[in-house]
Amino acid sequence: MISPERSSSQSPRSPAGAPFLSISVTDPVRMGTGVQAYISYRVITRTNLPEFEGPEKIVIRRYSDFEWLHDRLAERYKGVFIPPLPEKNAVEKFRFSKEFIELRRQALDLFVNRIASHPELKQSDVLRTFLQADEEIMDRARSYETGIFKKPADFLQIFKDVQSKVSDVVLGKEKPVEESTPEYEKLKNYIFELENHLTEAQKQAYRLVKRHRELGQSLADFGKAIKLLGACEGDLMEKVFSEVGSKSEMLSIKLQREADNLLFNFEEPLKDYVRAIQSIKATMLDRANAFRQHFDLDQERKYKELNLEKLKFMNPEKYAEAESEFREASCCNFSLRNS
Amino acid sequence: MMSSAPPSEPATAGGDDDMESLPLAAASDYASVASTFDPLLSSTSATAASPRSPPTRAAAFTLSPTFSSSFVDPPSYADATGGGAGSSSPRSASSPSSASPRSARLAASEYSLLAVSDPETEAEPAATSLVPGSAPTYVSYLVTSVHRRDPDQRRHSVRRRFRDFVTLADRLAEAFRGHFVPPRPDKNTVESQVMQRDEFVAQRRAALERYLWRLAEHPAIGPSDELRVFLQAEGKMPLPGSTDMASRMLDGAARLPRQLIAGEDAVAAPQEVVQPARGGRDLLRIFKELKQSVVTDWAGVKPPLLEEDREFLEKKYKLQEWEQQLTSASQQAEALVKAQQDMAETMGALGLAFVRLTKFETEEAMYDSQRIRAADSRRVATAAVKASRACRDLNAQTVKYLDTLHEHLSIMLSVHTAFSDRASALLTVQTLMSDVASLQSRIEKLEAASSKIFGGDRARTRKVEELRETIRATEEAKFCALREYERIKENNRSELQRLDSERKQDFLVMLKGFVASQAAYAEKIVDGWETVAEETSGYARARGSDSITS
Repeated sequence: MISPERSSSQSPRSPAGAPFLSISVTDPVRMGTGVQAYISYRVITRTNLPEFEGPEKIVIRRYSDFEWLHDRLAERYKGVFIPPLPEKNAVEKFRFSKEFIELRRQALDLFVNRIASHPELKQSDVLRTFLQADEEIMDRARSYETGIFKKPADFLQIFKDVQSKVSDVVLGKEKPVEESTPEYEKLKNYIFELENHLTEAQKQAYRLVKRHRELGQSLADFGKAIKLLGACEGDLMEKVFSEVGSKSEMLSIKLQREADNLLFNFEEPLKDYVRAIQSIKATMLDRANAFRQHFDLDQERKYKELNLEKLKFMNPEKYAEAESEFREASCCNFSLRNS
Repeated sequence: MMSSAPPSEPATAGGDDDMESLPLAAASDYASVASTFDPLLSSTSATAASPRSPPTRAAAFTLSPTFSSSFVDPPSYADATGGGAGSSSPRSASSPSSASPRSARLAASEYSLLAVSDPETEAEPAATSLVPGSAPTYVSYLVTSVHRRDPDQRRHSVRRRFRDFVTLADRLAEAFRGHFVPPRPDKNTVESQVMQRDEFVAQRRAALERYLWRLAEHPAIGPSDELRVFLQAEGKMPLPGSTDMASRMLDGAARLPRQLIAGEDAVAAPQEVVQPARGGRDLLRIFKELKQSVVTDWAGVKPPLLEEDREFLEKKYKLQEWEQQLTSASQQAEALVKAQQDMAETMGALGLAFVRLTKFETEEAMYDSQRIRAADSRRVATAAVKASRACRDLNAQTVKYLDTLHEHLSIMLSVHTAFSDRASALLTVQTLMSDVASLQSRIEKLEAASSKIFGGDRARTRKVEELRETIRATEEAKFCALREYERIKENNRSELQRLDSERKQDFLVMLKGFVASQAAYAEKIVDGWETVAEETSGYARARGSDSITS
């Protein structure tokens, strides 16, 4: 596994034969103005793999492009834990603060490198597109996928979900939520509870950073006030006061630095863990969804089968039609079951 | 934290009307912060002034449960660093009985024991009510004292209510004009309405006790009769002759016609002249002095006697500067205490979160590696909890030392009173002097007029005689007033000197203690983290080859 945050350049000294793929996300630049301003990043890919266009490629990407990559992978690789993305929405104030930008950059770098290290994901063509495509192609791909008009299949699926939920409620049926074994249940519980603990820990870590900053600020103010107080006294006393005041101010600077340190090296990794857990949960949810869909389709199939039997006796023409519908349903069922 | 609504109270006798009530409010806020974070600190002893209390406090005769001296002595440096590997910083004063200046002052004070305790609710004697049990009540306290130089070391115990303390304060203000008389606790703060009854009573009890100690420490007030009577005289305290302004005004209004009819030649008796006009009944005198001050301030007429003491004026100016900075410093001190408290809380919460996390991991682990990681994380958790406790302890020390700032702010209140005593005495003298001058000029006019009449004018001559009498009386009064003024000036001067030296001592102790405690606890916390870092150093070493995602 590649150590993600220092992957800027895999040494060219590595043996020429060994395949490598190293990516770095750098150079955040603010683009645009006003409400539509955003940050663009430089994504540099260095590789010797044949699937790629060349040894080095540089493209410009923005956060929504990373989102696109994440969503496409999630669609196509169901059941795989997709590395988590940093949070999407940020409070307007902080969107362009130095720390926020750096934290996001680091997280995006980590994200893309984890994908590149994943045995399955790294072979996907979406990744290749992301790393190499022209900006215009990327733009088009992105706006198509994230546009308001989703694919019709999605709409259908949404309807079906709602339908089945409603029928459950109306019929008061007990439905198996998902296929599961005792081990899977245990794992699920573990994941859910772990998320709680980690979230709590991360919340406290965030507060701790804030407290450091606050303490730093108040020490600085206190130091200043003490110095001014000493200035009223004069001679020996003033020196003593001024010493204490200066030390106080120095401490304040150290505390601010400590706060930064804590933010990057303690809170952010914790947040990363929380995101990873959430991604796992998403996959589990997928699994549950898939199971339910499969179950619903199975019900449908059984129903159609019954119909078919009925028709067979009553109406030979309709029988052919029904049969083809039946086959379709089975196919759907089959493919879903295997995903 | 309680809102810092400044107590709105009418001017205390002889005090400045727009006296800064803000510092006292800040002090009471401070006390409430101090009491909220340490379970050892109840709100009764929410006084960082308890380092004043000498060891004899333990012998205090009291039933109040939360009376225990709550401040842990600052750990000596060696203790804090666990055996002290030769740290070069100064040792903090390790106990109040050591040579700290305040304890020296305490040891020299008139009373070796002063305690306020046992609050009890009593009914107003004069009140009758139709509904039994709803008579207005007040709280009385047991005041215990032992005089240091009493050969029998008798222990006096008397019951006093807050109103009695107010009386005492008023009497002291009259008797010790020009001195820095310690301000008494507030009458009725907004908090007393908001707070629970018990809490309020407890706070008041502590404040009253502190007040008595401050009085005892004062070189002039400690040995005074007023204080002694208050502490030792059995039975109810005699009421002062009408306390409220309204009745004074009424008395004065009753006298006014007589003064006017008798002509403006009525002169204040010498003994009255010794008191400030404003608090008294002599409306005429009040008007005259008011006129004098207006003439001086607005009409720019040079008064017959000026405040000439340049040294004093310089001092006064410097003290104003000082007070301003002191106010700001005390506010920052409060903010610092709050920030430290928040830090301690969050660190503790973080530690707790990690404790729960590691417990969970250990119990639900499916792989051994999880348990190993969990054990290491637990070290972090324990270190965080320890750091949180140390931070809280540090804050207790910080409160104790930085309280000097608040103490000295309240001393500034007494300074203002003392200065205004001086100003009003000067005003009295000035008024009398211009009285004399105007009488003199009237005499001259009359004499000039009567000299024009052949044989003299008997009516005018008689008038002149009267006027001369009046002048004589006025001169006498002026003489008294002048003497009083000089006395007050001298009090001011000696008090300023005393304040200077006390200030130096107190602040040196404060700074030393503050710095030493910060350093000591910082070392303690750092040690804790260093240990954890060492124990988990394996992770740092393995970082290069490990991936974070594993």
